[in-house]
Amino acid sequence: MSSTAQQVPGVDAAPIDPRARAVAVPVVGGWVARRGVGVAGAALVSALALAIVALGMGDLPLSPGEVVQALFATDGGFTSTVVRDWRLPRVLGALVFGSALALSGAVFQSLTRNPLGSPDVIGFATGAYTGALIALTAIGGGAVTASAGALVGGLGTALLVYLLAYSGGMHGFRLIIVGIAVTAMLHAVNLFLLLRAQEEVAMAASIWGAGSLSLLSWTSLVPALIGLLLCSPGLVLVPPLRQLELGDDAASAHGVNVEGARLGLVLFAVALVAIVTAATGPIAFIALAAPQVARRLAGGAGIPLATSALTGAVLLLGADLIAQHALPVDLPVGIVTVVLGGSYLLTLLIQEARGR
Amino acid sequence: MTSVRPRPDTTPGRTPEAPRAFARGVGLPALLAALAVAVLAGLAVGARTIPPLEVIRILLFEATGQNAMVIRDLRMPRTLIGLVAGVALGVAGGLIQAVTRNPLADPGILGVNAGAAFAMAIGTGVAGVTGGLSTLLVAYAGAFGASLLVYAIGSLGRGGGSPVRLILAGVALGAVLAGITRAIMLTDRQRFAGMIAWESGSLLDRDPSLLSVAGPFVLLGLLLSLALAPSLNAIALGDDLASALGARVLRTRVLAVVAVMLLAGSATALAGPIAFVGLMVPHAVRWIVGPDWRWILGYSVLAAPTLLILADVVGRVLIPPGELPAGIVTALIGAPVLIVLVRRRKASEL
Repeated sequence: MSSTAQQVPGVDAAPIDPRARAVAVPVVGGWVARRGVGVAGAALVSALALAIVALGMGDLPLSPGEVVQALFATDGGFTSTVVRDWRLPRVLGALVFGSALALSGAVFQSLTRNPLGSPDVIGFATGAYTGALIALTAIGGGAVTASAGALVGGLGTALLVYLLAYSGGMHGFRLIIVGIAVTAMLHAVNLFLLLRAQEEVAMAASIWGAGSLSLLSWTSLVPALIGLLLCSPGLVLVPPLRQLELGDDAASAHGVNVEGARLGLVLFAVALVAIVTAATGPIAFIALAAPQVARRLAGGAGIPLATSALTGAVLLLGADLIAQHALPVDLPVGIVTVVLGGSYLLTLLIQEARGR
Repeated sequence: MTSVRPRPDTTPGRTPEAPRAFARGVGLPALLAALAVAVLAGLAVGARTIPPLEVIRILLFEATGQNAMVIRDLRMPRTLIGLVAGVALGVAGGLIQAVTRNPLADPGILGVNAGAAFAMAIGTGVAGVTGGLSTLLVAYAGAFGASLLVYAIGSLGRGGGSPVRLILAGVALGAVLAGITRAIMLTDRQRFAGMIAWESGSLLDRDPSLLSVAGPFVLLGLLLSLALAPSLNAIALGDDLASALGARVLRTRVLAVVAVMLLAGSATALAGPIAFVGLMVPHAVRWIVGPDWRWILGYSVLAAPTLLILADVVGRVLIPPGELPAGIVTALIGAPVLIVLVRRRKASEL
């Protein structure tokens, strides 16, 4: 199923990142690259616009002008408190976590050369949840233990899925089916842990397990932001990723340490998912859908990383707005992303069948 | 209906014909014994463990007392539900695998359960459906719609699609339907309290009155599947060869989908979403009896309820004083089976 287009190196590869431009093949020319920049810019603008709208929505409706005023006001009135202390953590969290998930998905999809090779399909988010649950129920403690558990759980699941799927060579579909099976198993393990846990722990963990942004506050957001910031050195692996898309042989001919770069990229991508999962619970399908949407919008060959990240931010924030305001109850955003992402996966399957 | 003998099994390392007959002969009493043990365990094991001899005595003779009450009111219904749902799931799984020629098919994985759950949520929540028969009919409609949709999406394109496409379509549609179901359930917790318990895939606290409503449908589906079994052998050879041999491919397919809907829909309405039983059992049975679908379906009738009842028993003792739903135990056992299956097949076949 891996579309042949994706195996071609991307000219539009993260056009904002100058290093990515440096390794891009300059044959296809500037049009695609210019369109890539335009799409990235449009995604950035819509993310910001959506953020201002989101900051204005709620029991105290505010106009965009009032929102901007409240954001930058120095005297700190009531509207400032509402916007900056109550609404901003959730909106900022949606933006940042959406980008992190999308970036992780883009890296995985590029590495596996398969649009379905994203961390949520392969089960890392469920594994991160398992890790966090074990940390919460067995070790106890707060957000830090849970985050560490999520990280270990996510990495462990990644390792397990890869080992189980590797049988005389890696094959994309086997990876996905093994991922589905491991997800089903971990789901069972999670329920087992929840049923065994003490009631208070289980209640908290199961609210978290639905994948929600509603509990975000500055105190819970800041550690996750710091964690994501600590991951950012992983971005130096973006040029090698572009080389890996050419194939292992070509990449090593260009001087890339293939195994090292791949390992580093997997670690980077899993860490992103795990940190987000630890903060919000599993939010499915952003990592699957955002890179594909970005690739279609940008119209280039490979998956554009920067555009993917911005698209992910728009998608998660949009999904959170739907979750908050579409129904009379405040839904966990994870439910909305599952419905949207599952529908998207179905259309992807239908389109791909038509194209054959 | 044409009866076709299966392909002679020439794969090296497979059991040749004579030991297979032996395995079939030994398999039947062994499976019967296993089922009897499972039922006995289902009646005996629990928070209050009753010795097996005592269970038999209570079953045979009219007895009073606390043990008799526990067995009659609590364990008998859930064991019966496990029996009926297990038979239905096992046969439905074999049927789906035969008709789609897809060794990875399972009503749970293919979104049938999610479809039934979704329809039940809409039915009880929006349309205000109550009562055994109407709930069951709603579940059938959901199971039917979902399986049709998954099958249509999974077999789009040239060559009728691959097993993996079918699974992906099932997982994607299942995710969408489950998400909407959960959203509906979250809007009114009180009204959906029953649904939340239903969704856990546990055999505890099921409505035994559904059994008398669903029983005839399961029986109908079972008879239909056994009648179809000879043609399934022809379909295993491929559609062209099957029609050349005189099998009516389309008719068999349509009837098989109806049977799957009756069986899987009943099982889901009875026991909630339980995955992987339909995947595992036909494979395990095929290992004993060989590739003839008449034998596989027949032996699955015995093996599948054994598995489900034992899963329920294991769930009862694993986390005292609580219980682990049977659906969770089957997922714990069944997911590794899926991994083994997908590892064994060559990547090019998928």
